[in-house]
Amino acid sequence: MRRLAPMLLAALAVLAAACEKKTQPTGEAGGQAPAQTQAPAQGGTPPVGDDVIVLGEVGALTGGQATFGISTRNGVALAVKEANAEGGVKGKKLVVRVYDDQSKPEEAAQAVTRLITQDKVVLILGEVASSSSLAMAEKAQAAGVPMITPSSTNPSVTAKGDNIFRVCFIDPFQGFVMAKFARENLKLNKVAVLQDNKSAYSIGLTEVFRQKFAELGGKITVTESYSQGDTDYRAQLTAIKKTQPEGIYVPGYYSEVGVIARQARELGLKVPLMGGDGWDSEKLFELGGSAIDGSYFSNHYSPDNPDARVKKFIADYKADYNGAVPDALAALGYDAARVAIDALKRAPDTSGPALRAAIAQTRDFPGVAGTITLDAQRNAVKSAVVLKVEDGKSTYVTTISP
Amino acid sequence: MSQLLQHLINGLAAGTIYALVALGYTMVYGVLKLINFAHGDVMMVGVYMGYATAFALGREAQRSLWGVVVIFAVAMVGCALLGFLIERFAYRPLREKPRLTALITAIGISFALSYGFQLDIGFLPGASPRAFPEVIVPSEWFIVGDRDVVVWNWQVISFLIAVGLMAALQFLVYRTRFGKAMRAVSWDHRTAALMGIPTDRIIALTFMLSSALAAGAGLLYAIKDTSVSPLMGLYVGLKAFVAAVIGGIGNVPGAVVGALLLGLVEEFVVGYAASTWRDAVAFGFLILVLLVKPGGLFGRVAAEKV
Repeated sequence: MRRLAPMLLAALAVLAAACEKKTQPTGEAGGQAPAQTQAPAQGGTPPVGDDVIVLGEVGALTGGQATFGISTRNGVALAVKEANAEGGVKGKKLVVRVYDDQSKPEEAAQAVTRLITQDKVVLILGEVASSSSLAMAEKAQAAGVPMITPSSTNPSVTAKGDNIFRVCFIDPFQGFVMAKFARENLKLNKVAVLQDNKSAYSIGLTEVFRQKFAELGGKITVTESYSQGDTDYRAQLTAIKKTQPEGIYVPGYYSEVGVIARQARELGLKVPLMGGDGWDSEKLFELGGSAIDGSYFSNHYSPDNPDARVKKFIADYKADYNGAVPDALAALGYDAARVAIDALKRAPDTSGPALRAAIAQTRDFPGVAGTITLDAQRNAVKSAVVLKVEDGKSTYVTTISP
Repeated sequence: MSQLLQHLINGLAAGTIYALVALGYTMVYGVLKLINFAHGDVMMVGVYMGYATAFALGREAQRSLWGVVVIFAVAMVGCALLGFLIERFAYRPLREKPRLTALITAIGISFALSYGFQLDIGFLPGASPRAFPEVIVPSEWFIVGDRDVVVWNWQVISFLIAVGLMAALQFLVYRTRFGKAMRAVSWDHRTAALMGIPTDRIIALTFMLSSALAAGAGLLYAIKDTSVSPLMGLYVGLKAFVAAVIGGIGNVPGAVVGALLLGLVEEFVVGYAASTWRDAVAFGFLILVLLVKPGGLFGRVAAEKV
């Protein structure tokens, strides 16, 4: 069933794109890859002219990461629809031009070039995958067009230049969040770490977690490691058990974490496991069974966050997309578009430098996936949520601010 | 001390699985001088057959004794058939060709199975790992101190099954007419054929037996580590192959001892050093054994017939 909703949305997107072609001929399509499809902003697109502001978006609408791109696009479309309903920006309506990069970085780079040279967009939104965002950032930076990535967490993306921003936190921040949560909320004194030696993500989270946890007065009893794809972790867990920790930090991906949880319980380790957004999948509950209950992980956003803003976003999203509950990527897409719209309103004009300066001044912006303040490195300094796993689902526990 | 004991138990449990898979390599090599690199993937197919059967039975039935027997029976018979088909259509036509041809075919079948099973169409399972149902309800058998050392029922069951199968195989090879025929085919299959031994049938039976063993081993592995995926056969297969070579490939008790040693070595390396060293040490151990005893621990060095 979980697959049905994205597939329906994909089908709708294709239909919408097909209708779009008739009302809005692209004209200068010669020489462009035919696979690049266009999808309009939700609720119809006014014709392009002097009375509209065109935003560009690049996302994976097909290919291996299609669910990411479709969620993000839906979030962006919702934000633009709301802005237009409120009268648009500077008396003009907003239009989003969306290109599909087929989950490929080289297609993403090409799409950016097209958005800048042909569609004359004032700003670019995208991508989810860090590798695609890196390819896009190069082009956007060279052309002086601001770019906001909703959900690329690799630190190097915004390092590409001063035109590149993000509205999500960077990978190491989650290590900080869990260290703080373990120390201040769970009141743990001794924690062991089990990291994935093959993943830069896991190593990055571990590094920050160890440092911050020690800073807060806790003790790391031991750091063990495994390699992605292993299925037997009993040796590491036996070594961990000897140090009698009160919790184990496992910043890996769900496919391994579920099995680790089972084997930890089997060896008599009853302490909670803790991790990051790599845990965020239904598969975690299947692989972990009841063993994963009582564990915690950090994430960008939780749909059961009691915040009124989040509730309204979920209700609006459900109304527009057949009752689908927005995931973290939809929330971040929505936030990215709203940060862009907010900057457009504040900027004196829509030129690259003016817009860039306005985005850089974003402070305490109320997003649905946390409050966004952009730092000097153009990364969002924002809160993360901590979720607890219980009875085969994750529930909101708390929000941790930097 | 308790940590050492726990490592010992974990290592034996891992080694037991390697042993059952290694027996398949050793049997086929013994009879055909063929390293059947598809063996691990046949094991993976067996695991998915067991997985499908368990789901068809439902939660209650899969946990009962007859349910477990049905799951094992379906997977083992299914794999025996698969082994027969692979031998009949992939290896038999190449039997008179240079040995390298069959080896490459084996690698080809291995990849066809492991990547074919990553497709997500029809009954094929898709690439992401799945949780194997708890067909043996786990319970602790003995515990030293306050859960300092934990032994599980399935660990003991697996170990006994592996030892039992090894003994049965040893009996089959050295005490039965079929075993005698196997050894004759292994010695020289053309001469054996001239002496009235149905070579093709013996070889086919050997393949079916080794594939059924693989399915059984795969199910025990799935019960142990709970996570199953289409690529699991490549990994376990390679380790079991190393174990068979350490013990002296073609030698039944050698495969078991080699596998148990390998399981223990890996466990101690990961437990006391780092998981990144696991494979390096496993293969280093293999090289060391081959340097000191080129035929493996229990093997004899035979002059190759050229």
